[in-house]
Amino acid sequence: MNRSVFIKALSNPLALAGFVIIVLVFLLSIFSPFIAPYDPNDINVKSILLEPSMQHWMGTDGLGRDVLSRMLHGGRISLLVGLVAVGISTAIGIVLGAIAGFYRGWIDTFIMRLVDVMLSIPSFFLILAVIAFLTPSIINIMIVIGLTSWMGVTRLVRAEFLSLNEREFVTASRTLGARDARLIFTHLLPNSLTPIIVSAVLGVAGAVLMESGLSFLGLGVQAPQASWGNILTDGKEYIQFAWWLSLFPGLAILITVLGYNLLGEGLRDALDPRSGNDN
Amino acid sequence: MLKYLIKRVLWMIPMLIGISLISFFIMHLAPGDITSNEAAFNPKASEESRQKLREMYNLDKPVIVQYGLWLKRMVTLDFGKSFASHQKPVFWQTADNDGNVTKGLIQEALPITLMINLLGLAITLILAIPLGIIAARKYLGWQDRSITLFNFIGFSIPGFWLSLLLMYWLGVVNNWFPISGLHSLNYESLDSWGKLKDSLSHLFLPVVIPSITGLAGITLFVKNGMLDVLQQDYITTARAKGLNKHKVVYTHALRNALLPLITIIGLSIPGLIGGSVIAETIFAIPGMGKLFYDAVLMRDFPVVMGILTIGSALTLVGNLLADVAYAWADPRVRRGVARD
Repeated sequence: MNRSVFIKALSNPLALAGFVIIVLVFLLSIFSPFIAPYDPNDINVKSILLEPSMQHWMGTDGLGRDVLSRMLHGGRISLLVGLVAVGISTAIGIVLGAIAGFYRGWIDTFIMRLVDVMLSIPSFFLILAVIAFLTPSIINIMIVIGLTSWMGVTRLVRAEFLSLNEREFVTASRTLGARDARLIFTHLLPNSLTPIIVSAVLGVAGAVLMESGLSFLGLGVQAPQASWGNILTDGKEYIQFAWWLSLFPGLAILITVLGYNLLGEGLRDALDPRSGNDN
Repeated sequence: MLKYLIKRVLWMIPMLIGISLISFFIMHLAPGDITSNEAAFNPKASEESRQKLREMYNLDKPVIVQYGLWLKRMVTLDFGKSFASHQKPVFWQTADNDGNVTKGLIQEALPITLMINLLGLAITLILAIPLGIIAARKYLGWQDRSITLFNFIGFSIPGFWLSLLLMYWLGVVNNWFPISGLHSLNYESLDSWGKLKDSLSHLFLPVVIPSITGLAGITLFVKNGMLDVLQQDYITTARAKGLNKHKVVYTHALRNALLPLITIIGLSIPGLIGGSVIAETIFAIPGMGKLFYDAVLMRDFPVVMGILTIGSALTLVGNLLADVAYAWADPRVRRGVARD
């Protein structure tokens, strides 16, 4: 079932475009040490703020570093943060959602109220506060973004569990004496997997945006480590003299996030029975 | 209806306690003594005065006791004084013995942020509703496809990058709009017409940019709402009666399609209060976002706590208002509520 949804989604040109973008960005990030023409942290006083040219395709920054090389290395960081943060939030969401949806009763009420409380705290404020009180680092950003964005997945998994629980095959399995763990891991969870994947793909888009925003504010990835967000901080600094410092990292963020959004929405459409075709 | 209202209001109490608990413990789980930075701002601060500070904010007591004292102050809306900004009160103005009134930090910042974001929301709605209607009426036509593409870009574009680009293009290259602050330096010397023009030109970029990025979500929402409603039986009936197309779309369908917008606007309230950290920092707007960002950088503990708590409380109030407005606007919900 999973595979057919995926194939159906990729027959949609927008989703296919998203998938291609994701794969390309992924490959560029993984192989960045081999592709990057310069050392991303190589300071060169003779080549400060050079315009894009054949030597430096995306120009150089205020310390004479090659922007293309920094972009390629920054891409790795952005993707790493995005994927790990979503991994954390999805894991929390699955566990809490499964408990709430399977056991119901007071534990369900408690978890759902926790979700409500978390949702009513302006999330960017929450993240900013936590990150600033811990010292900003890549690991802390991943953890904090993960810990503050599990609420959607929790609701989703709970809803899936609640509706699956009413289905005949689950009732049948229960009647046959299946234990809770068996019901959860062989019936409920596998059947909820596709919507979870959709929400995770869309979640990566959100996490990449969040990381770039935090790094832009100086509370994310710290110099000299490059990230798309902190290259943009330099871009703001030099906005009167060096447009290329602002243009390229922003485009990279836009294209990457667009890729995840396109694929995620394509998958969601393919899942939605109302979108027609077979199911 | 009244019963429902009371229930909803009472429900806010445990929610508020939950919020205060979460925000309080976050601040205390973080390593680092709050007083050390206060000392850094005042190099003369001795160990003795730091100790005094710890006592003043009850930092020497166990965390649970600190929380109890904090909660007690919160109920009386006393959020204490800023560590960093000359001991200004965090929330609301206070008068000293000589009758000198010191304005609160949030009191000064909140109206600015609210004004900017409400203007932005108004612009978003004015643009999003027609776009959503067009997309739904021309579903799968080229208009719909262009709007869909635009929506995807809107969802994916980093707001601060768009701000930088527009700042460069409109502010630096063309010098059409000022790129920072709320007023020009010569603001006081302008006549009232000049003041208005000056304010509006300063507001243009900070208001327009967030409304562009917010456009995508609401457009999509209006479109989906319209599509749903247009499939309903009563629309088919209206058409079958021979009513003209415009009347069906704009009086029968639109009203029902827009109803859920109330909920969306309610949900966007945390964004109205808090989603502006980056925009306000870029354009140097002295609103809640910038206040919070500066407080975070300086570890100005009472300000951070105050904004988190007040921001969340306002969000709860916003959600309540949205639910009540929805119940008031939709007779189906209203009757359902009355029976409850």
